[in-house]
Amino acid sequence: MSSDRLDVLDTHGRPTRVSTRVGEFEPKLLLDGEHDLCPGCGEPVAIRLLLEVIEELGYAQDSIGVIGIGCYTAFTGLIDVDLIQALHGRAPSVATGAKRMRPDKLLFTLQGDGDMVNEGLQEVIHTAARGESVTCVLLNNGVFGETGGHMTATTALGQRTKTSLEGRDADYHGYPIPIAELLVPLGGVSYVARGSVADAKSVVRTKAMLRKAFEAQIAGEGFSLVEILTMCPTGWFIPTADGPGYLDEVLGEVHAAGELVVGGKPVGKGASG
Amino acid sequence: MAHRGCRAMTLVETRGTIRIDSERCKGCELCIPACPPRVLRMSEGRNTRGARVPELLAGCTGCSACLLVCPDFCIEVYQYAEPVMLEAVNASESGSGDNEVTA
Amino acid sequence: MTRTLMEGSEAIATAAVAAGCRFFAGYPMTPFTEVLENFGKRLPAVGGVCINAESEIEAIGMTWGALATGARAATGSTGQGLALMQESLSEITRAELPLVVFHMARGQGDYYQATRGGGHGDYRHIVYAPIDVREAVELTELAFDRADHWRNPVQIYGDYLLAHTSEGVEFTADPFVPVAKDWAVDGSLGGSGRSRNINPIGMQKGSKSIDPESFWKRLQVKHDQIEASEARFESESTEDAELLVVAFGSVARFVRHVVRELRSEGRKVGYARPISLWPFPAEALAAAARGTQRVAVLEQNAGQMIDDVRLSVLGSVPVVGIGGISSDSAGFGMGPLLDTRVIRGRIESALENLEVST
Ligand SMILES: Cc1ncc(C[n+]2csc(CCOP(=O)(O)OP(=O)(O)O)c2C)c(N)n1
Ligand code: SF4
Ligand code: SF4
Ligand code: SF4
Ligand SMILES: [Mg+2]
Repeated sequence: MSSDRLDVLDTHGRPTRVSTRVGEFEPKLLLDGEHDLCPGCGEPVAIRLLLEVIEELGYAQDSIGVIGIGCYTAFTGLIDVDLIQALHGRAPSVATGAKRMRPDKLLFTLQGDGDMVNEGLQEVIHTAARGESVTCVLLNNGVFGETGGHMTATTALGQRTKTSLEGRDADYHGYPIPIAELLVPLGGVSYVARGSVADAKSVVRTKAMLRKAFEAQIAGEGFSLVEILTMCPTGWFIPTADGPGYLDEVLGEVHAAGELVVGGKPVGKGASG
Repeated sequence: MAHRGCRAMTLVETRGTIRIDSERCKGCELCIPACPPRVLRMSEGRNTRGARVPELLAGCTGCSACLLVCPDFCIEVYQYAEPVMLEAVNASESGSGDNEVTA
Repeated sequence: MTRTLMEGSEAIATAAVAAGCRFFAGYPMTPFTEVLENFGKRLPAVGGVCINAESEIEAIGMTWGALATGARAATGSTGQGLALMQESLSEITRAELPLVVFHMARGQGDYYQATRGGGHGDYRHIVYAPIDVREAVELTELAFDRADHWRNPVQIYGDYLLAHTSEGVEFTADPFVPVAKDWAVDGSLGGSGRSRNINPIGMQKGSKSIDPESFWKRLQVKHDQIEASEARFESESTEDAELLVVAFGSVARFVRHVVRELRSEGRKVGYARPISLWPFPAEALAAAARGTQRVAVLEQNAGQMIDDVRLSVLGSVPVVGIGGISSDSAGFGMGPLLDTRVIRGRIESALENLEVST
């Protein structure tokens, strides 16, 4: 497909001018950049960051990932890291068993809000409290995306889902659970942060959070969690272009971005990463 | 090209460029507002998926913001060794630059 | 090799550690609790790990992770705890991980659970039901071996009596040699394009979709092979028996004793015991039942194994149940049936009924 508009530059091939490539299509640790997630989905953006950080830390050959069940599960076939596919909600325990047998490896989980905060809430809490040296990565879009946009434990008040058609009502549906805040008082927790992929600045900050979380694991400081707010235009029933704005206004209101625990010590909510 | 002179023409400093895998693109438009100098816009035409795809105008800084937000890994970013001045149509109406990103 | 006096739960944990088990996770529940305690005592001493998990669901999840790295690992519980684990028990079979499960049941009412499973989909576990502590030690060693061989879970079905009886046991002197597992994840193939994927839904690396049908069919072939080759069986005095008494696990120990007693008195009674509950030793049992007038199943439940006995003899001999539900007041399954006089009474009346009906 080519444009006949005069002002459009050719972006098909490599540039002919002397230049340096500063960013590649897909991260090195993906077998294939083509995937079947929806247009405008935030999950692949977060997965890119995760894989880039593992690569940049030099742990590509020393990492074991445990993948939960949600839309991101489609990446189990694409991520070029040794993986264990867990059942819905069960990744933190699986990561625990693997880490205890291979303490020299970097262990991470990749889970959604439905997976971690609904089905497997007690898993992540106990894993944190045991101070397991694993890094849990939560892709929080406030819905069960995979099943078609249903309410999860992180769905914001007022948010419309297929099981909260008039918007989440505290009296009827109960309140959202801010999982990152919930882990703050636990001993054993070394690093907790919440990022987002709503815009490029947030993406850059979130990548720094992932790096810190893994560095805490490598330093043997205990449990770490990075929660990443991701767009789900399909499950939010909005146009893709409205995703970032909706994320900030609806999910971001309940789940504020920032670092919550650094070096095992709680830091002020909303501090930038 | 006779009609060229009818448009406002400016020379824009261009420090980088991108490659777009237009067949991978799903047309989500997330890259458009992400671009600080606003040198991306959606095409009129569609790829074989049926999606409009981004088009690059003069003035790219090679900042990677578009790549960072793209969910479909369609963008590769290059920085030129030397900035070049490229002709742009209506380029002066591009963004304010307040989205500047340092990766 | 020296004989040591040990309680069943301790003997099992000792045998497991000797067989190379280096990870155990469990949640206390009578009569399984002491198995957990003994792993907790023994594993740290050999560089292993035992975790008192927050629930049975997490216990099997942790074991899943340990197994995926190639370690020999086990979990366990009683029937209730195993009921909680069912999703993982069936899916871990599809992930083809060599799990060993120590099931110390409250009686024999969990036969269906052990052999049919309460989980989803088509899956099978090898199930061994030791008759005594000595055999539990042997079967524990065998369980780890068979689990690795088939990359399939193996369950040891015991009970209160097995876990809490002390017997003289011997352990193999051969040190455990770790088994090479090229499928296990150690991180090393990351970035190579050939990274590993321990996956219960049949998802392959490099592919976005799954092919459940061919994946499940491949597992079915494996389970058919296990069924054809792994059945274990014991029998005595079947040649001229008119009545064949079938029992499993601890109860079989009482039955075997009573049958020996009756034989010494000249009664034409035989004894048969499936050592493996799955695969069920159908052919061996059918052969033992040939020529008898009746098969009596003595199990401590409302009648579960009797289904498999009937499926084995396929109508060639009448099959009757002479056991039944029997428990102590706590529900631990230590009921009045576990008494040789009671069992002798049941077998004698089965013999008398035989005379009446012939
Ligand atoms: C035990 C169990 N219950 C329900 C499901 C169905 N299920 C599959 S994905 C999913 C939701 C996943 O939600 P989340 O983790 O938030 O991921 P997302 O799809 O939003 O990326 C559910 C409920 C399941 N796979 N297993
Ligand atoms: S449903 Fe939502 S989370 Fe799932 S792929 Fe689509 S946009 Fe992403
Ligand atoms: S690299 Fe930066 S300036 Fe160039 S198109 Fe992308 S976002 Fe715009
Ligand atoms: S962000 Fe990516 S997928 Fe979306 S329109 Fe831009 S190039 Fe296409
Ligand atoms: Mg979700």
